[in-house]
Amino acid sequence: MSPSASTTPVFDALRDAVRRDEPVVLATITDGDDVGAKLLVGPEREPLGTLGSADLDRVVTRDALGALASGTTTTRHYGRHGEARETDVTVFLESFAPPPRMVIFGAVDFTAALARAAKLLGYHVVVCDARAVFATPARFPMADEVVCEWPDRYLAKHGEALGPRDAVAVLTHDAKFDVPAIVAALATHVGYLGAMGSRRTHAQRVERLREAGVGDEALDRLLAPIGLDLGARTPEETAVAVCAEIIARRTGRPVPSLRDAEGPIH
Amino acid sequence: MRELLDDIERWRRDGQRVAVARVVGLDGSGPRDPGAAMAVSEAGEVAGSVSGGCVEGAVVTEALAVLAGEHPRGVVTFGYSDDEAFAVGLTCGGTIHVFVEPLDW
Repeated sequence: MSPSASTTPVFDALRDAVRRDEPVVLATITDGDDVGAKLLVGPEREPLGTLGSADLDRVVTRDALGALASGTTTTRHYGRHGEARETDVTVFLESFAPPPRMVIFGAVDFTAALARAAKLLGYHVVVCDARAVFATPARFPMADEVVCEWPDRYLAKHGEALGPRDAVAVLTHDAKFDVPAIVAALATHVGYLGAMGSRRTHAQRVERLREAGVGDEALDRLLAPIGLDLGARTPEETAVAVCAEIIARRTGRPVPSLRDAEGPIH
Repeated sequence: MRELLDDIERWRRDGQRVAVARVVGLDGSGPRDPGAAMAVSEAGEVAGSVSGGCVEGAVVTEALAVLAGEHPRGVVTFGYSDDEAFAVGLTCGGTIHVFVEPLDW
């Protein structure tokens, strides 16, 4: 059982990568000459293993990195040496992307409930608030990170890493925090952006956002009031409405968001 | 696979061989997407799942047969299908393709 003489080098490398949230793809031949052959690839590492042909390895590496970028797990067919439009070899590409991130601005009661719900869905949760008395790990033990920082400064540092799978929820309820936070979030590629507040608060916020130079197309990305139109009242119910809206936006299902409805929020 | 790592490590520390079953394809509706995985130890312990519970028993049988060398590693198909050879079905009416192999890589 000496660790230097592992009989499962690809599995060991996969396990270590997954444990440290390094993005990798495991390619496995599921049909063809060499069923079970493995190739482990990732943007931060040299490929490990082989599918039996250097040309096939090269083509699969390219496709695997493409699948990883979108977090896709899929099956592809190739010729023996990676030829397109041939079907000698079937390769299963399994993406191990790091968990999506949810950044919650505002350290309020709704934040704790949303952070718990987001953990249930597998997010890496960051809570960020500029007020040191509220932004403490003791108040948000369920969060992966609690950051004391102005939201726009946080996004200036970390916004570039946000992508289509990630979410930003602005729960600050305070124009001096949430207008710069929304402007900064709109400059990222984040897939979901929602902001809390009553319809009246939001109407005023839209005016301030327009004054800050935000146009119609950018405003269209902003879901506010945040969440589906469930009649949610408590922090926990609101957290469910927000998470459900994130899922519905991803799947494109026609369920009513509060933004697109009229009348009272609850 | 992520959620199976702890169990797999424990079994291997105990000197057990392990089989891994992964959903690699889906026709029609299915309860779990490609990538859903299940691990089975030599002693028949199970971690994870590949369906809503409908075909788990059959997958365990297949995994143990692969570990014992009675079946080759490969894709096994489960589901309601025109082919009557598929004895185990999914209640949702879909078909899943599961790749079963020993963890020897």
